[in-house]
Amino acid sequence: MLLSRVSKLLSPVLSRSNHTITLFPGDGIGPQISESVKEIFSAAEVPVEWEEHEVYPILEKNGKTRIPQPAIDSIFKNKIGLKGPMRTAIGKGHVSLNLTIRRTFGLYANVRPAKTVPGVSTPYSAEGVDCIIVRENTEGEYSGIEHTVVPGVVQSVKLITREASRNVAEYAFKYAVDNGRSNVVALHKANIMRMSDGLFLEECRNVAENYPQIKYREMYLDSACLKIVKDPSQFDVMVMPNLYGDIFSDLTAGLIGGLGLAPSGNMGKEGIAIYEAVHGTADDLTATNKGNPTALLMSGLMMLRHLELKSHADKIEKAVLETLKERKFVTGDIGGTATNPQYTAEICRKIRASS
Amino acid sequence: MLRSIVRPLKTITGCKAASTTSSIQPGTKYGGKTTVTLIPELWKRKTEVCTLIPGDGVGPEICESVTTIFKEMAVPVEFETIDLTKHTLKDEGAFNMAITSLKRNGVGLKGVINRSADFRHHNVEFRGNLDTYANVVRCMSFDGIKTHHTGIDLIAIRENTEGEYSCLEHESVPGVVECFKVITREKSLRIAKFAFDYALEHKRRKVTCIHKANIMKLSDGLFKQCCKEVSELYPTIDYDEQIVDNTCQQLVINPQQFDVMVMPNLYGNLVSNLAAGLVGGAGVVPSKSYGSEIAVFEPGARHTWMEMKGMYVANPVAMVLSSAFMLKHLTLHDAGDKLIQAVKLVLNKESCKTRDLGGNATTREMTRAIMEELNHLYA
Repeated sequence: MLLSRVSKLLSPVLSRSNHTITLFPGDGIGPQISESVKEIFSAAEVPVEWEEHEVYPILEKNGKTRIPQPAIDSIFKNKIGLKGPMRTAIGKGHVSLNLTIRRTFGLYANVRPAKTVPGVSTPYSAEGVDCIIVRENTEGEYSGIEHTVVPGVVQSVKLITREASRNVAEYAFKYAVDNGRSNVVALHKANIMRMSDGLFLEECRNVAENYPQIKYREMYLDSACLKIVKDPSQFDVMVMPNLYGDIFSDLTAGLIGGLGLAPSGNMGKEGIAIYEAVHGTADDLTATNKGNPTALLMSGLMMLRHLELKSHADKIEKAVLETLKERKFVTGDIGGTATNPQYTAEICRKIRASS
Repeated sequence: MLRSIVRPLKTITGCKAASTTSSIQPGTKYGGKTTVTLIPELWKRKTEVCTLIPGDGVGPEICESVTTIFKEMAVPVEFETIDLTKHTLKDEGAFNMAITSLKRNGVGLKGVINRSADFRHHNVEFRGNLDTYANVVRCMSFDGIKTHHTGIDLIAIRENTEGEYSCLEHESVPGVVECFKVITREKSLRIAKFAFDYALEHKRRKVTCIHKANIMKLSDGLFKQCCKEVSELYPTIDYDEQIVDNTCQQLVINPQQFDVMVMPNLYGNLVSNLAAGLVGGAGVVPSKSYGSEIAVFEPGARHTWMEMKGMYVANPVAMVLSSAFMLKHLTLHDAGDKLIQAVKLVLNKESCKTRDLGGNATTREMTRAIMEELNHLYA
């Protein structure tokens, strides 16, 4: 009786101190960089437990692609996941795994911060890049509706709905408020796609009215491409439909030195959040274990902040940034010679030294 | 080269078009169809008539630079100016006049037409009407412009008539909009062939197909497939493929890797603007659009700069370079090359930079500087 009461009282504390996180290590360098993240988290004594699941495409009889049930159950139970890169066959076969995962968990918004990393010098680091891409993640050009009208003529449908547009706009403004940002820019091509992108803009405007403290602007996507490479510092939070977000977020990742450094988070319904590394599987680096775990690690840090484990996140981030700045143990993609284990060990050493 | 095929054809189709598309025809200073001659030797001595559409925003100001320079150079080019801004948007007459004039002359110089209030985009309509299917944007670094990267020299070739710009949209139920992207085998093969021909003619090594076939498996898959098929006919030119998001990333990391790029409409719009940003912005990048019988030259990144209108502070370089490429297209190679060289020399000077390049020279000062350099070159 007493015991149960005590445990009931302690339960919020207990559950808070030990989060269970679903981990999809992924393909290629995925398992190796996932291992690095686990190592670093344990060095920092982050109170999390991992639940690892393998994810592969299962083609159902009706032509739909799905992922294994245990993986689905795990995410719905834990509400939080970390995901390594997954392989997609180009041009044929199953629907991409990334897309399947997005649909399965209703991940409607993708958040990709791009912030200059000290020590990683790019032509743009002098101005300082610090922007957030919020990308609609369920529809748009990625609706997957395509058909051959007559041989040699293909139509592909871009689908824009009011609901999805509102959800992502809402998330973008909320993110801006939560993270102390003051500007939201909607990127679009409504000069050409008047109805579809027009609808997207309409919803952004509606949501903007509820956030008078945030300055809202609209910009053509092509102008934004031109402007951001001339002066990236003028951009803050940007919200846009699916394809534009895909292209633009890779562009901003390039500004800070590549996808090996870019974290990403996906927000879904019922409070599900899945954090992922957005780079490819880099199969050529698997044999030598020279993949860069930074993107997955940074995504992990976004996840820790989401779980309100801010102090742990800060501690790890400091060690990572220091290691990158020293440039003694960095991987090939950002101009170093170290292997992934060497880089990981150095970060762990710094974390242990600081605590 | 293209021209030698184009010119004789023009007489016939030009007449046809004029009689079918519109009853209103622009006055012809040099007699329209009779300007065409089939004797190649005489071309250079004959005055060429080209259509000039100054467009909106700063268009008329930067076109003035071109006409001033052409007058100074005494190139045998006469412009037939068609001002679309003076006419109301509903006035189809002016628009048809522009189309007819371009069809008759075969060559035109054009500013950017502002987004108009009626349903379709005028720039899009132009491309549809004239079937200028290939848009070529050349982005090269100028020593005189400080940018993040150096040594860029890439050519973005964009399919200009279909894809996402098909303007086929409808609201299935309230709050749900469908927008079609159309990719056809015919047009994909056409643009792919154009890209490889362009690469051959301009002595380029590599053509890269930019696509998003990992997601749009059928539509972009078809485009990619067409490029691959055509590439097999050109064994001397390297061919590779890249996914558009990766391209955008690579463009800001290592833009020097790109040579000729060929892509569907929307990606072309993004990549050419991005590449323009890399070499100094919309003010310095020229472009050309080719149809089977028409070549239109215009600034590469389509910005009207309405806010600068009438101030004479816009950068005329994009327009002047476009006109230089027009001269080359008219087989006036020497004049075109000299004009390009003069522009480069001016951009190298610290003293003469317009506002977009961080200076405070006016459009006219810039124009004068270009003419001075031309004088030195011709001296």
